[in-house]
Amino acid sequence: MPAVSKGDGMRGLAVFISDIRNCKSKEAEIKRINKELANIRSKFKGDKALDGYSKKKYVCKLLFIFLLGHDIDFGHMEAVNLLSSNKYTEKQIGYLFISVLVNSNSELIRLINNAIKNDLSSRNPTFMCLALHCIANVGSREMAEAFAGEIPRILVAGDTMDSVKQSAALCLLRLYKTSPDLVLMGEWTSRVVHLLNDQHMGVVTAAISLITCLSQKNPDEFKTCVSLAVSRLSRIVSSASTDLQDYTYYFVPAPWLSCKLLRLLQCYPPPEDGAVKGRLVECLETILNKAQEPPKSKKVQHSNAKNAILFEAISLIIHYDSEPNLLVRACNQLGQFLQHRETNLRYLALESMCTLASSEFSHEAVKTHIETVINALKTERDVSVRQRAADLLYAMCDRSNAKQIVAEMLSYLETADYSIREEMVLKVAILAEKYAVDYSWYVDTILNLIRIAGDYVSEEVWYRVIQIVINRDDVQGYAAKTVFEALQAPACHENMVKVGGYILGEFGNLIAGDPRSSPLVQFNLLHSKFHLCSVPTRALLLSAYIKFINLFPETKSTIQEVLRSDSQIRNSDVELQQRAVEYLKLSSIASTDVLATVLEEMPPFPERESSILAKLKKKKGPGAVSVNELEEGKREGGELNGGGGERGGDNSTIAASNASTPSPSADLLGLRTGPQVSAAPPSAGSLLVDVFSEAGVNDDGFLSSAPPSAVSEDAAPPLPESNELLNKFVCKNNGVLFENQLLQIGIKSEYRQNLGRMYLFYGNKTSVQFVTFTTTVSCPGELQSQLNVQAKPVEPLIEGGAQVQQVINIECLGDFCEAPLLNIKFRYGGALQNLSLKLPVTINKFFQPTEMASHDFFQRWKQLSQPQQEAQKIFKASHAMDTEVIKAKLLGLGMALLENVDPNPENFVCAGVIQTKAQQVGSLLRLEPNAQAQMYRLTLRSSKDTVSKRLCELLAEQF
Amino acid sequence: MIKAILIFNNHGKPRLSKFYEHYTEDTEQQIIRETFHLVSKRDENVCNFLEGGLLIGGSDNKLIYRHYATLYFVFCVDSSESELGILDLIQVFVETLDKCFENVCELDLIFHMDKVHNILAEMVMGGMVLETNMSEIITQAEAQSKMEKSEAGIAGAPARAVSAVKNMNLPEMPKNINIGDISIKVPNLPSFK
Repeated sequence: MPAVSKGDGMRGLAVFISDIRNCKSKEAEIKRINKELANIRSKFKGDKALDGYSKKKYVCKLLFIFLLGHDIDFGHMEAVNLLSSNKYTEKQIGYLFISVLVNSNSELIRLINNAIKNDLSSRNPTFMCLALHCIANVGSREMAEAFAGEIPRILVAGDTMDSVKQSAALCLLRLYKTSPDLVLMGEWTSRVVHLLNDQHMGVVTAAISLITCLSQKNPDEFKTCVSLAVSRLSRIVSSASTDLQDYTYYFVPAPWLSCKLLRLLQCYPPPEDGAVKGRLVECLETILNKAQEPPKSKKVQHSNAKNAILFEAISLIIHYDSEPNLLVRACNQLGQFLQHRETNLRYLALESMCTLASSEFSHEAVKTHIETVINALKTERDVSVRQRAADLLYAMCDRSNAKQIVAEMLSYLETADYSIREEMVLKVAILAEKYAVDYSWYVDTILNLIRIAGDYVSEEVWYRVIQIVINRDDVQGYAAKTVFEALQAPACHENMVKVGGYILGEFGNLIAGDPRSSPLVQFNLLHSKFHLCSVPTRALLLSAYIKFINLFPETKSTIQEVLRSDSQIRNSDVELQQRAVEYLKLSSIASTDVLATVLEEMPPFPERESSILAKLKKKKGPGAVSVNELEEGKREGGELNGGGGERGGDNSTIAASNASTPSPSADLLGLRTGPQVSAAPPSAGSLLVDVFSEAGVNDDGFLSSAPPSAVSEDAAPPLPESNELLNKFVCKNNGVLFENQLLQIGIKSEYRQNLGRMYLFYGNKTSVQFVTFTTTVSCPGELQSQLNVQAKPVEPLIEGGAQVQQVINIECLGDFCEAPLLNIKFRYGGALQNLSLKLPVTINKFFQPTEMASHDFFQRWKQLSQPQQEAQKIFKASHAMDTEVIKAKLLGLGMALLENVDPNPENFVCAGVIQTKAQQVGSLLRLEPNAQAQMYRLTLRSSKDTVSKRLCELLAEQF
Repeated sequence: MIKAILIFNNHGKPRLSKFYEHYTEDTEQQIIRETFHLVSKRDENVCNFLEGGLLIGGSDNKLIYRHYATLYFVFCVDSSESELGILDLIQVFVETLDKCFENVCELDLIFHMDKVHNILAEMVMGGMVLETNMSEIITQAEAQSKMEKSEAGIAGAPARAVSAVKNMNLPEMPKNINIGDISIKVPNLPSFK
């Protein structure tokens, strides 16, 4: 009997898997999986005790289902029970389930910890390894608390088996990474370093990862590892490959360990002890020499392993940056790789050379490879490699080769992959600025950049060229001439029009002497582009026109006529209309003197860090642009601007200087680089100030899209059930948001127009106080620009049984789909609790109900007939279909429930307007219940497609 | 550190996923999809490294992959790992699978997920490399099988099941991953002067 059932069991697994694989559609697959889940659930729940074999089978099935991306919400208890089995098979499958499916904040951790504790003290190496694996894979705080003391003991105990030592080393590393405060340094630390001398290479392999990590954090305590690592490395490098037997990989002795040893040495400066240093240099030379020897095997694995060591050796040489001889050899070696037929080696060589280029000893040597690198940029088939080539060109650029490199990068831009264009544009702009000796070259380069890749030229780039032109007298005439010529092109990029408008408005007079570019010609040229441009550009052009009136009185009547035309003075855009009206008035009533004062040339910009460099830094993430480079950028930038003034001044200085300039029109063209400027106090009393505030909002858009990664860094990910919790509050404003054994969170909220206020009540359900209680509310991603959420601070201490309140103010700026995140952290009896929830702020909260008659409703319904304006869902009722309950929910939604509108009295129709700061979005709803089928059809139409979609999603969960 | 190890086939069906950092289940699935998308659109014979997708940490992380017949083996690692070293590690992993399953094929990974996980656990633990020596790994894996067999009592049952699986009517699939001799000739480098 058992034999049959076991055979069937395995066949059961096989049949299930092939069933799934034969499913023709996703629906069929889900159906089959649900059937299986129900089956397993009933087996687990059943009275009959399952034997180990069936348990294993069911767990395997669950793992397979999980791998396909389906949630597994049961079986955890069964897995925990398996841990305490005495049979290896059962224990092992239990641990497997847990390491794949249990996450660190599971409630089960305590039970799991018990089982682990038993296994660790079992003296059975297999069981110990399973337990250590489990700790390393889950790595939770509770586990660290339970085992951080025990594991170092296992690691350094004399009688521990090698395989257990290996696991213990990596287990300890994991705990140190997740909870460094719990892993206390002690007597074991000195003994850990000596594991580098262990006979068993596997132990060394595992230990070195631990030692590297510990050395990075406490370099002084682990300094002794340097000499040990050098001697170990030397033994590997110099020995014949046969000595290491199994750790020889395709004729290369212990390549992995060699790499790791070289990495460890990169945590420290060159050894001070002459003997150690001599030995190390010898090793590095041997490694470089070996690269020149004929390969011992033609297999790619052989060269891979050999080169892995070589690249690490080169990294170490670059890190030391003190041995000119080795640096040059390294550079030559990389030069060889640049032309290697293996793409991987070309890629890595380009990458390593990038770091080499910053060393003063080898910068010149790197530069000799410029032709090869340019060639790589042009001919490599692989975009990853081309990107590295571009990085290297950027890194090797200096005054001597800047013109060549910038020219090559510009010509590459014409065909570059879209994914790297923006970064390339920034790099070209930075190089052009940094190494500009004559400014006409700089202006040419930036205008070319706009011509070639206008779409990828960010505002920072064209702001910067204007700043530089304004600050340098000697380039202004050339800039005006060049931009005038560039604008002659029949189709030119809008960014070109912006630069052109600004520069001609300031310096058009410098080229007005030439009849080919007389004032009227200039004006007509600019105005011919006007109608093709977006509103902010048009606004800029209007400002240029008023400047023209000051520069060239003869154009006054022409320009006044333009300003007076209906398309300007009655423009539907408020900003344009206001400018037209104000400029027209200004030009007709102000005397020439007043006009000249108001519209005088822009004062020079104060010196500060190049905004494009800042942008590149942000794009690449901190650390991508070295500090060195930044400082250099500042220094060079200062030179370029004829600076010498305050360096690296923050953005607020510019605002202050603008505000204090005597000219009331200082901010006429609203030129700015940092978005902070828009928040600066406007210099009151001038009608012209702040005319560009609209554009300022756009600036913020970029900034706000960047930070979410930083926000989520140490906050726990939102609870899996947080979406459900969110749905609970779509149709109501008050209730209990969340509750566990420790904490209860209640909510009261009210909304008016586009504003809302939410009261959160945090209740401590225990008798122990919560300390360092902090909450943060964040808006991830796009939401940051759509919702303004301000949370008042909350008491850091909650006594047992007490409740504290927090007020959150919410402003809806634009329509949105996501919900803000609420992260709560506090300590309860020493343990840090960290949980994240979604705040139930949904778009429907900003509804204003709108009453209307049947006729109006259907007329509007028809007006919103574009396909994307409608969202529809047909779904099964998940609650009883009670008319009164449905009505109450629809009212809770915030729309007006319209009676006697739909010809079918069973149906519900609603109307409302969503109030956001930016706009109002009218929405209509129709809900058609079908009591017989227990189904609903829900249709939403609104003037914005995203709103229809979001409302439909939210509501489909409610009935 | 190794952030994740993913195996999926040419159609993007995951065959093994092991994450060494915590992500929600949804994110894990998205990462698998994103990674498949990034890797599968690349030609053969381009380099084996690329910048990681946004979900798994963007350009701070690298994807290092190898493509064997129907399967992609992808390791997502941070900057502390040697690219070529990881490439070797993938090779060790695949060669080990090949030895343990005798000509490993995609089906072996599907039907013996537990075993594949166990072999991987002998190599990588908590995102760090535990052991690179193939014979050591195989010895451990064999010891485990032996224990399983002795506990199962009737040793024949699992084997029978395996043959049942292998004889089943499944969609055609190359029998062999063919870790092959990717024998690219390394030219003799000019001697260093």
